[in-house]
Amino acid sequence: MKYRIVNFLRHLALMLLVIWTVVTLVTFLMEIVPGDPATVILGETATQEQIENFRQKHGLDRPAFFFSYSRENGFIWNGSDNRYADYWIGLLHGDLGNSFRTDRPVRDMIFERYPATIKLAVAAMLVAIGIALPLGVLAGSRKNSLIDNFASVFALLGISLPTFVIGPFLVYIFAVQLGWFSPTGSFYPEDIVLPAVTLGAALSAILTRMIRSSVIEELGEDYVRTARAKGVSERKVLFKHVLKNGLIPVVTILGLQLGVLLAGAIITEKIFNWQGLGLLLLEDGIGKRDYRLVQGCVLVISVTYIVANSLTDLVYRKLDPRIRLS
Amino acid sequence: MSRLAYIGLAIAAVFIMAAIFAPWIATQDVTVQDLAARYASPSREHWFGTDGLGRDVFSRVVFGARISLQVGISVVLVSSIIGTMIGSVAGFYGGLVDKFLSGYVFNVFLAFPGLLLAIALVAFLGAGQGKLILALCVIGWVGYARVMRGQVLKVREYDYVLAARALGAGNMRILTTHIMPNAIQPLIVQASLGMAGAVLSEASLSFLGLGIPPPAPSWGTMIEEARQFFSNSPHVLFFPGGAIALTVLAFNFIGDGLREYLDPKQRSR
Repeated sequence: MKYRIVNFLRHLALMLLVIWTVVTLVTFLMEIVPGDPATVILGETATQEQIENFRQKHGLDRPAFFFSYSRENGFIWNGSDNRYADYWIGLLHGDLGNSFRTDRPVRDMIFERYPATIKLAVAAMLVAIGIALPLGVLAGSRKNSLIDNFASVFALLGISLPTFVIGPFLVYIFAVQLGWFSPTGSFYPEDIVLPAVTLGAALSAILTRMIRSSVIEELGEDYVRTARAKGVSERKVLFKHVLKNGLIPVVTILGLQLGVLLAGAIITEKIFNWQGLGLLLLEDGIGKRDYRLVQGCVLVISVTYIVANSLTDLVYRKLDPRIRLS
Repeated sequence: MSRLAYIGLAIAAVFIMAAIFAPWIATQDVTVQDLAARYASPSREHWFGTDGLGRDVFSRVVFGARISLQVGISVVLVSSIIGTMIGSVAGFYGGLVDKFLSGYVFNVFLAFPGLLLAIALVAFLGAGQGKLILALCVIGWVGYARVMRGQVLKVREYDYVLAARALGAGNMRILTTHIMPNAIQPLIVQASLGMAGAVLSEASLSFLGLGIPPPAPSWGTMIEEARQFFSNSPHVLFFPGGAIALTVLAFNFIGDGLREYLDPKQRSR
């Protein structure tokens, strides 16, 4: 019990440290962006008054951090009246600031698009499991067979082919040539199929490899020999004994990959014009230089990634008593 | 080494040669546009056809190898040097230094989605080869540092290190002449896999419009440009896409082969 609490607190502390680092890093990066955000957003033709109004509205007229440095004045302590402290106070109230472009709360903009990204990541994960589980088990239980070689080639291709190559090819075959799906957009339920397959391809390759080697390893264990000696059928050995143990590391990878999928969704969303968080970051944030929005998107994606990883670790410990004991 | 590793070496050698001798191998100027020959199919004159601006795809793929490998090698070199130094310090000194580095710094960097951090860095710093390399080094060094720390922790306990210390060698001498050369082997595997990762990341960022800006013939940019008219002219996407896949595959093969070669347990299987 004591170990569990210590472990939980350790995770929580690390999570908070990472969140602190993300916020600090992104705020710092905003400061070193060449040019004044006010001029970038309002354009070169903006009057001095417009620029000053903009800077005042978004707090850009105030110091960025607790201290600042200039060649003329050296280090200056600015006290708590700074944008970094403001951002933290806002964050603790669930406020991510207002967009430089639209003046809408960044939180609202993000949460409008976030469900689409989660939906895509979960669909990609289901696709990956749907492909990798049967393929990995078959390949592992029939080592060096035709299906095993096929699984190896499939895994190699899945790992080597980037999503931005797989995606357009899938569009070409299934949307342009066969006309089964629309090439881009997220209007109909079936529109998720091609983006999910594209995003899940690399994960299915990784999982296939993992499940294959896990099954091979477990099949060589003593308990399998005992089960076989007791006359348990091969099917039962595989599904009741081997998979139960062999899938534990796969659960970890799945959890860790959820975060990777959320980050990787940026490319898939661009390919399919999928209206998710990645596209919001790319087009409305980076494309329109709305740094407040970029800051919010990066923070939300990072936090999701960190939370997913931490939860995975906790679930993994729960699933595998050996980890808990060690 | 395995057969696949040799295949990987052969493919990598082809791309390295293409990158070095690009001006002699390319059949056309990579920036010269021929609008009358837009999206031309592969032919004798244009081996891989032409793109949307009538530029020769073969020549652009060849010069693209130069960009990809330049970025890949730079990222691997810089990240591995930084990672080796930080990892060695963490592993060798242990204690609070190690707790801070491996308990906090490594974990923080590993807790970020790498691609997202690179996107954020490039978004704020601006596009360009130098900034792209910097962004990829920021996300890349920690992998080397972690491997190096583990190795140094192991090697520092060996008898010859104790002997060197008994002979009066200082920390710096022990670390640089006795520990590091004996701990560096797994870094070669990491470097090979890191090369594949760097090539892929460069192409991904260029595809997103955050890497090497046009008209430079980056493979990622070529795919982004080809995407719109891909259905009529698949060759514009096929060749740069194939080049990325082959390069990544080659370095993954080499990395896997080296790992197998350096790990006797895996070799005997």
